[in-house]
Amino acid sequence: MNILKAFWRRLTSPSKVAVGLVLFMGFMGGLLFWGAFNTGMEATNTEEFCSGCHAPIVKEIRETVHFANRSGVRAICSDCHVPHNWTDKIVRKVQASKELVAFAMGTIGTEEKFKERRGYLANREWHRMKENDSQECRNCHNFEYMDFSEQGPRSVKQHSTALASGEKTCVDCHKGIAHKLPDMKNVEGWQ
Amino acid sequence: MKRLVLAVMAVGMLLAGAAQSAEELHNPGGIGGVESLRGVSELEVTRPADAFKRYPRDQGTIDSDYVYQPPLIPHTIRNYEVSLNANKCLACHSWKNAKEMGATKISVTHYQTREGQVLSDVSPRRYFCQQCHVPQADAKPLVENDFQRVDALR
Repeated sequence: MNILKAFWRRLTSPSKVAVGLVLFMGFMGGLLFWGAFNTGMEATNTEEFCSGCHAPIVKEIRETVHFANRSGVRAICSDCHVPHNWTDKIVRKVQASKELVAFAMGTIGTEEKFKERRGYLANREWHRMKENDSQECRNCHNFEYMDFSEQGPRSVKQHSTALASGEKTCVDCHKGIAHKLPDMKNVEGWQ
Repeated sequence: MKRLVLAVMAVGMLLAGAAQSAEELHNPGGIGGVESLRGVSELEVTRPADAFKRYPRDQGTIDSDYVYQPPLIPHTIRNYEVSLNANKCLACHSWKNAKEMGATKISVTHYQTREGQVLSDVSPRRYFCQQCHVPQADAKPLVENDFQRVDALR
């Protein structure tokens, strides 16, 4: 108790050290805090962290081209599901606290519950990607630098018309590239 | 005369045996093995695996060889999901999407039941495309084939 009081008194009393030094210490402290904060947040972006709760869906990506391919360039969970720029990333991370509640309540705790909710979860992600113009796709697949002479005729046709005009965005056609598809009965452009 | 014929036959068989291809089983009558068009494999030895065949990304339309042939798939279909939840083939080839995607429409036969009754959507018996339609890999034919199409299809 006395230690706490002494500590508090020291914190709230003026210092004998020069202002510059205090400021510098504050600066270093801020630097360390920022580093620790970001390291912690990047730890929540790793595949191991996500598969702690979402293991079945992380398993589904193993057969796809974003997991293993000719060149070895790949995408993990955060590359597609967490925005890159800082402001949107923080917003998404705050929204993710909702998922802790879902974890506690076991909203998708069993396979049946997950199957039922899968369409809703998929649509939420597709809507988010449509809203930000598939920004996560464009983080790696830059449309301005797509070489149409290297693509097959089908890709050239679709990319040079609907994608170039802005009428469609990546995720409108490229659904199910990473995970299995939910029931696509009412999804536009499918069946 | 008989001896001459016998001698000629024996010499002929010897030459035929010598003219056989180089690959052969080294212990015929011993532990055996298998000889096939893909070469020779013995019981105790694991034959090294062949390289994977590649599927061309898109090779234009492939002409049909006979009248009711299910057309061949000229493009890659890697990871295209055809399941209860989604049919990726129909996302381009259904009557609803074909025009926008610039793809061939599936024929009317896909809307009929076994008895010929016409349904309002793709018949379940034709839902799984790959039961009939396949892509073509870059494999060389193993046996010489002189099949020719009928005049009308050439």
